[in-house]
Amino acid sequence: MNAQDQFVTDAMQHAPQLFSTALRMTRNRSDAEDLVQETFVKAWRSFHTFQTGTNLRAWLFRIMTNTYINKYNAQQRRPTESELDEVEELFLYKRLGSIDQSKLSSSAEDQMFELFTDDEVKNALEELPETFLLPVLMSDVEGFSYKEIAEILEIPLGTVMSRLHRGRKLMQKMLYQYAVDRGLIDESLIQVGNDE
Amino acid sequence: MADCQETLKELERFIDAELAHFEAEVVVSHLKTCTDCQGAFEFHTELRQAIRVKATRDELPDGFAERLMQCFGDNVYSPD
Repeated sequence: MNAQDQFVTDAMQHAPQLFSTALRMTRNRSDAEDLVQETFVKAWRSFHTFQTGTNLRAWLFRIMTNTYINKYNAQQRRPTESELDEVEELFLYKRLGSIDQSKLSSSAEDQMFELFTDDEVKNALEELPETFLLPVLMSDVEGFSYKEIAEILEIPLGTVMSRLHRGRKLMQKMLYQYAVDRGLIDESLIQVGNDE
Repeated sequence: MADCQETLKELERFIDAELAHFEAEVVVSHLKTCTDCQGAFEFHTELRQAIRVKATRDELPDGFAERLMQCFGDNVYSPD
């Protein structure tokens, strides 16, 4: 197989992941399709700049993220005041860590899988402000390292860490609200200790 | 010996596998002796797994792979 064919085959293997992430970014199937197609067109055009043996997946995500940011004018703005409202540490754990097991049918390991539906997790991600959505997608969903995320998003390492931390807490708060709304959690039974 | 506060502070980076080896060892040794922190560790690890699995279950639309192939000019793609 020549280098070009190899590149196409490898790139196509990342298509499902790129599409999932594109869906979370655009929140819309046809926009997500366009975004992945545009990513592949650009990747193919700059194929000559890609060095075989380097991280193709990170390279494709970087192209897609740049395309998304430019196309949707989703500049990585500074978080607004309300987005910086403090969510307490270990927000979800303090509320669900000791949830009544008898309400859930499966074992403890499956608890988390049962607690939230696919749609709730997707919604919680999609509700995140872009500033936090992109790092959380790259880490929690795609499993990139902090360093890779810093390169993909072109932000400093420390910014990756602080946005991840804050984004995850915001997401926990939303997931908790979904569980309350579905009646899975009786808030009156939950006792939350004060933060030291 | 790390205490709970230090361990919980490092937990996120520990789960992200971003701690240096010696830092990770300190966390591991604390987790072995502290059921509270062990519980927090397991909770967040499971949460992370659930998010990853649930947020990636999107099927490619019908015919999308073929449309993507057209992005590569004349290359012929044959999935094995």
